[in-house]
Amino acid sequence: MSNEHIVSSFDEELRALHKSIMQMGGLVEAQIAQSMQAMGRRDSQLASAVVANDAQVDVLHHEIDEQVVRMLALRQPMASDLRTVVASLRIATDLERIGDYAANIAKRTLALNVSPSVKPASGVLRMGKIVQSIVNDVLDAYAERNAERADAIRARDTEVDELYTSIFRELLTYMMEDPRNITACTHVLFMSKNLERIGDHATNIAETIYYIVRGKVPDDERLKGDLSSMTAMTATGETYVADSKGN
Amino acid sequence: MLATDTQTAAAPHAAHGKRVKMKATEVEVYYSEKRALNKINLDVREHEVTALIGPSGCGKSTFLRTMNRMNDVIDGCRMAGKILLDQQDIYDPNIDVVQLRARVGMVFQKPNPFPKSIYDNVAYGPRIHGLVRSREETDAVVQKSLERAGLWKEVKDRLHEGGTSLSGGQQQRLCIARAIAVDPEVILMDEPCSALDPIATAKIEELIDELRTNYTIVIVTHSMQQAARVSQRTAFFHLGDLVEVGDTAQIFTNPNDERTQGYITGRFG
Repeated sequence: MSNEHIVSSFDEELRALHKSIMQMGGLVEAQIAQSMQAMGRRDSQLASAVVANDAQVDVLHHEIDEQVVRMLALRQPMASDLRTVVASLRIATDLERIGDYAANIAKRTLALNVSPSVKPASGVLRMGKIVQSIVNDVLDAYAERNAERADAIRARDTEVDELYTSIFRELLTYMMEDPRNITACTHVLFMSKNLERIGDHATNIAETIYYIVRGKVPDDERLKGDLSSMTAMTATGETYVADSKGN
Repeated sequence: MLATDTQTAAAPHAAHGKRVKMKATEVEVYYSEKRALNKINLDVREHEVTALIGPSGCGKSTFLRTMNRMNDVIDGCRMAGKILLDQQDIYDPNIDVVQLRARVGMVFQKPNPFPKSIYDNVAYGPRIHGLVRSREETDAVVQKSLERAGLWKEVKDRLHEGGTSLSGGQQQRLCIARAIAVDPEVILMDEPCSALDPIATAKIEELIDELRTNYTIVIVTHSMQQAARVSQRTAFFHLGDLVEVGDTAQIFTNPNDERTQGYITGRFG
């Protein structure tokens, strides 16, 4: 089968859509990298730039929305074309959310920079590195339309979830130690939560890529590594993880 | 995946729970020495619309015409294989072809009303098949058929005007009324909307959806959007082969065969 459509302008539109997603992906990648850099260096100027740049992500999101609606109306795509077009809409939505989380990390950096630094921030930077590499990988899988690569990314999100759970516990102990840490620790907690959510959206994108290529979603249930919602702390300062029955 | 994989159920009640109304087994058609169809296996399920799609010359119309033996009248046309209508072989020498075509009706690409009144167009079939005995019975059949074809309201006050005085879309609905007047079980439609504007097309499509409550419908169409809109099952033909058959939603979102994919996405070289 030829890869080119008989109507060549349809191919041009599909290429333009692909380019827009790649552009948006590149921008979002840079936003995460810079937000992490701003946090690590306590760089308020860079953090402000990240917050401001989020508007660009939103502009691209709207552009992709328009491209998709236009193609659905004018081209009536079928089969793999239909999947590609609908998937682009989903990927753009996930990227837009990732962009929001990066901007939120930058905002919290601005707040953190006016208080003394807290130790667990290093864990967050490590988490940021993993999340960045996942987002980078998922965009490569998209560019290659590689279902196997996309599927492999889904497994890596467990790593992020586990790291998040450990940061959560660590922050709880810091807050117990000295209530003056609570403000900073809460910001760090939200930042790591934002990174964990970025991992989830990257996983969504990986699943969407799999759908574009295979025409179905991956069917096995993904392992959940985020146990923080089941984690509590006793009066003596010990943390424990509840099981699904609440014990 | 082979088209036959989804078609292996020989029993009239296949795994999907829908009764098989017509069953084609290893159907081949030759025009003189040229083979137009290669071993087609296809189940047509009762009360469903089955759409046959494919590029020109792929054999879909040829296949449609084997289903009520319209190919019989074509010189040099030869058929092999079997087509069952309710377990009965329609190519059995004892079959009355006129009776068969009453059970398996047909609607053509161009509306072709007889040069007679609207009333007589519809009454013709029931009369020659002896389905009506009195004027009252004929009136009732004409009204019921025109109602089912969604044309009654538009023509009830002009039943004795010529059928050809109607608009194209109305003429096509008249032809559908004529086809259903003899109370068929299956209706074959060969591109019934290709000569109609979008509004008339929408009315026919709405009608097709209503008709499947009472009839089994097989439609040949060049419009993939139409196949997607009206059918429950879609069969893709290419170069005389039945490449793939499946639920319409599956065929148009995730076809199994590359040739199907190429055709419906407009990539055929």
